[in-house]
Amino acid sequence: MNKSVQKTNRKSRRMASVKEFWRRFIKNKTALAGFVILCFILFIVIFADVIVPYSKCIEQAGSERLQGPGPAHWFGTDEYGRDLFARVIHGSRYSLIIGVSTSLMALFFGAILGASAGYFGGMVDNIIMRITDVFMCVPPILLSLAVVAALGTNLRNLIIAMTISCVPGNVRLIRSVVLTVADQDYVEAARSYGTGNGRIIFRYVLPNAMGPIIVNTTMCISDMILSAAGLSFIGMGIQPPAPEWGSLLSNAETYLFSAPYLLVFPGIFIILTSLAFNLVGDGLTDALDPKLKD
Amino acid sequence: MSDRLNENSESIMQVRNLKKYFKINRGYLHAVDDVTFDIPRGKTLGVVGESGCGKSTLGRTVLRLNEPTGGEILFHGQDLVKADKREMKQIRPRMQMIFQDPYSSLNGRMTTAQLIAEPLIVNKVCRSRSEIDERVDNMMDTVGLAKRLVMAYPHELDGGRRQRIGVARALILNPEFVVCDEPVSALDVSIQAQILNLLMDLQEQMGLTYMFITHNLSVVKHISDRIMVMYLGRCVEEADADEIFDHPCHPYTKALLAAIPIPDISSQHVRRELLQGEVTSPVNPKPGCRFAARCPYADDACRQGDIPLKEVAPGHKAACLKAAGLSGADVRQPEQA
Repeated sequence: MNKSVQKTNRKSRRMASVKEFWRRFIKNKTALAGFVILCFILFIVIFADVIVPYSKCIEQAGSERLQGPGPAHWFGTDEYGRDLFARVIHGSRYSLIIGVSTSLMALFFGAILGASAGYFGGMVDNIIMRITDVFMCVPPILLSLAVVAALGTNLRNLIIAMTISCVPGNVRLIRSVVLTVADQDYVEAARSYGTGNGRIIFRYVLPNAMGPIIVNTTMCISDMILSAAGLSFIGMGIQPPAPEWGSLLSNAETYLFSAPYLLVFPGIFIILTSLAFNLVGDGLTDALDPKLKD
Repeated sequence: MSDRLNENSESIMQVRNLKKYFKINRGYLHAVDDVTFDIPRGKTLGVVGESGCGKSTLGRTVLRLNEPTGGEILFHGQDLVKADKREMKQIRPRMQMIFQDPYSSLNGRMTTAQLIAEPLIVNKVCRSRSEIDERVDNMMDTVGLAKRLVMAYPHELDGGRRQRIGVARALILNPEFVVCDEPVSALDVSIQAQILNLLMDLQEQMGLTYMFITHNLSVVKHISDRIMVMYLGRCVEEADADEIFDHPCHPYTKALLAAIPIPDISSQHVRRELLQGEVTSPVNPKPGCRFAARCPYADDACRQGDIPLKEVAPGHKAACLKAAGLSGADVRQPEQA
């Protein structure tokens, strides 16, 4: 009887740690603000078609070109008379998919390669880092350009290309953090009771190296949205007329003085998104670190 | 009865000519050089020496956390140096280590329960979650950790409690042999005694065999059956605990004992024989006695060839050519002061 009571007690305590994490996360007001903005953007991404039909953002109307924001077109229209509001709403899909998926994939490969390089050292480290160096010395935009040119332009290839250009930086960063953690006593202790390398990396090294990695990944998301814009600008990214925040921004450049709203609205959304991810990332780092309790 | 006696005196750990050299730019650092010792079951071998003499490296090498450069480590007669990965995986749970610094040796992302359960999970000892929980609870009881600390993180606990977690983690697999690498030197004096007594109680209860590494001579006297004194990777003297303190032979041991502070005002004017000079470098050491450079008695003979560990009295070995002449003579006895 007593034992079962104790057991449920344990279980509820494990549940409590999730609750505890949430409590600490929302206690951090800036993180909560970031989370709210993120929910707002996710809402737009999911319900884009409900908010405004896709046809509206490719529909051209010569008579309505370059109109300022008004009741008919909330954000105004671009040089082809397309509704900017519709383009920003639908652009969120492309931008977020690109930003989030490239960053997560880059994080995944970066974590595996960087952690093995830092943890195993020696030969493994040398091989991984020399290959990384080769990739590092090609400018990232040129690298993604080359990959997209070789694979063909579509969303999937764009994501692959941008991931490849983003991984080397992640490998470097994660390796350096792992190096400082890997020779801590608790890693040696883990080895002394027979813990395998995989478990050491995932249960001991990476959790303790998490802070800089999370921050880097959230920064990476906004970076990726912008470099997707760069690729769109030279015609290797999202193909027109499909909207994407970065390309909206780069098209707006021509009308910088005559129609500044073309620049302002997509710009605000990019800033909001990257801000939201950064705030949430910081909040995650703090909430996951038991040392910063309350 | 005699069978039992035999079993009691059986050596659980026999180390033969163990060497561990680290390759560095200038050559080889002789961290552990030709060390030989036996530890009988249920006994404690204290290893003392100043910082950098290779005590910790010795402890780690004995558990094969470092790859030894040469020699044999016989655990129940099985040579660990030759054991392959699979064999080591089976032996690991039977020998554990308690680390020096309870602040850095516990993963700060895990709770007390998780930390203590890790060895069980890693070695797949328990079948179910509840069995793990039960064993963790029992072990927390054994080492004197309150139940309410189950979900506490190490940074919330004081040094003594953390070290109790370290002890619990080392003992949860029911090991036979435990290397204690300065387990109390990072703790407050008041807590040191608690942990030492805990270790001694547990030794009695669980029949543990300790290799106790420390630089604190009072601690080592308190806990050890036998004491080995190390200097620059070499064992310079080995004897029963009382024998070392009463009749030190090696000049280095004498100097160590003379350096024990004595809380007695009447002894403040007694002239102490203090060592001059620095420890010589352990990198590519010269032949001869490693202590010769600081030894007041050293002559040319000491600087030529290796000095073997010789028995100066039954069960008392010393690596000194002059040992016979010096035995127990001019050292001020700490106890008599």
